[in-house]
Amino acid sequence: MEIFGIPTQALFGQLLIGLINGSFYALLSLGLAVIFGLLNIINFTHGAQYMMGAFCAYFLLTKLGIGYWWALAVTPLAVGIIGMVIERLMLARLYKLDHLYGLLLTFGLALIIQGLFRNEYGTSGIPYALPQELAGGHNLGFMFLPNYRAWVILASIVVCLATWFMIEKTRLGAYLRAATENPQLVQAFGINVPRMITLTYGFGVALAAFAGVMAAPIYQVNPLMGADLIIVVFAVVVIGGMGSIMGSIVTGFALGLIEGLTKVFYPEASNTVIFIIMAIVLMIKPAGLFGTQR
Amino acid sequence: MSAVHELAPRAGGFAHQRIAAAVMIAFFALAPLVAYPVFLMKVMCFALFACAFNLLIGYGGLLSFGHAMFLGTAGYASAHAAKAWGFPPEFAILFGTACSALLGFVTGLLAIRRQGIYFAMITLALAQMVYFFYLQAPFTGGEDGIQAVPRGKVFGLLDLNNVWGMYMLVFAVFVGGFLLIHRAVHSPFGQVLKAIRENEARALSLGYDVNRYKLLAYVLSATLAGLAGATKVLVFELASLTDVHWTMSGEVVLMVLLGGLGTVFGPVVGALIIISMENYLAQIGSWVTVVQGVIFVICVLTFRRGVIGELGRLIGKPL
Repeated sequence: MEIFGIPTQALFGQLLIGLINGSFYALLSLGLAVIFGLLNIINFTHGAQYMMGAFCAYFLLTKLGIGYWWALAVTPLAVGIIGMVIERLMLARLYKLDHLYGLLLTFGLALIIQGLFRNEYGTSGIPYALPQELAGGHNLGFMFLPNYRAWVILASIVVCLATWFMIEKTRLGAYLRAATENPQLVQAFGINVPRMITLTYGFGVALAAFAGVMAAPIYQVNPLMGADLIIVVFAVVVIGGMGSIMGSIVTGFALGLIEGLTKVFYPEASNTVIFIIMAIVLMIKPAGLFGTQR
Repeated sequence: MSAVHELAPRAGGFAHQRIAAAVMIAFFALAPLVAYPVFLMKVMCFALFACAFNLLIGYGGLLSFGHAMFLGTAGYASAHAAKAWGFPPEFAILFGTACSALLGFVTGLLAIRRQGIYFAMITLALAQMVYFFYLQAPFTGGEDGIQAVPRGKVFGLLDLNNVWGMYMLVFAVFVGGFLLIHRAVHSPFGQVLKAIRENEARALSLGYDVNRYKLLAYVLSATLAGLAGATKVLVFELASLTDVHWTMSGEVVLMVLLGGLGTVFGPVVGALIIISMENYLAQIGSWVTVVQGVIFVICVLTFRRGVIGELGRLIGKPL
């Protein structure tokens, strides 16, 4: 069977890869958006923290014999706590300065973290075995769907929607949105804003680490796995605009799909298509598809 | 950036800045007597690159995280012109620089639509797109780059295969570029640029076409970065992917941050320190990235004025 001269197996296969990439774009840009909302900094360390998530899962498995499912729960917590320490010790000193200093600091941290891991583990990936429960797959008739990939898409949709629900629909999220608008006023109401900032940063980092654990069985564990990815995620963020949580989720998945389609129809452009879309969006709607200029 | 504002040089030349400029020029004129000339040429190329970057952040308040695309584009263009088309070096450099200027114009139109953090992210993303283009384009030689770029003779007279001929060219390009930036910053154009950085809305209300000035600064910065890249290619006879990679964009940010954002001489000193570090610490190999990261963190947390900024504060005059 063929569609537009492309075998359906290949078409749906690439679409699946696109959806998987989209899951990671969504999780990572969501974390960036949550952090940016409250801290007003772009977390350049995000890619390194995603990588740390994958390595943490690998360490848990090889050093402590803790498997995938526990790693999925423990890793975001561990990397998130490291993130909170970084926020308290370093980022907290920069809030009164130009926001660009936050970008420079987190860029430096990313260089340090990625450099240290690369010195220790080189640049060739380390395989991480699929969890046994999710080995194998289903034949859907038009394509073969590996169970693990279905799980990644499902889990990231659930986590993204849960994050959206927490921020937009709960009391905690209301505090968060209020602090984004006017931190002084929220502080005056007796809410500990500095602690909220720390926890928010930790949460954003935990999302990156969660994505890292999920990526480990697919992409292998590699010290530089987040280095180039984060630049693509920045473009995703510019396209979506950071004004809305749902915006970053939708943009992430949509761009993953578009990238997958490009691989089928014009593979030469698959690396650059997201950047080209960014350029077009900047020409038409500079604030981003879901953003508000501020 | 707040630290930049206090230290940005005022209009008109200061006597001490002239003295400092004379010291710097004398340094690069005499240093090859004691130091390795190729090392000094590398420093001058990167110093010009850093000065071009500083023009944008120091006077325009725009942090570009994609300046490697201009360094690399000019490098590939001039290498291709010299090797495949047999251009003499002066035209190869001119052609490479013009290509970067054009790229600066196109990317500038997009990037100046947003400010601050977004500007940084957009320039980074655009530079990554340019990187992938060169990775796939057939004429760049992919991972190998363009090797054995012929140096030739400038105007048919100055033989660049002689190390001193090459040194004279790099020296002239560096000093010329430096003085051009100095001139631009102290011209009415530079004054308007500073006004925009301080208060964009006010400059707009005074009738200045803000976007046109920003674009002009961006293109000028791209052009000079390209000039540095084209010259560097002739020095090393090699154009490679290293020059367009995002790590190079980060490196130039580091040079300027360490030397002093918005200072006149900071980028030169920053380039000298970073290139020396890379040269003399070559045995630590892959640790260079870690060391660079540590310098970033220390600069941002405790040393935001940079070397020259602190020095200027000590003597009470902007340098």
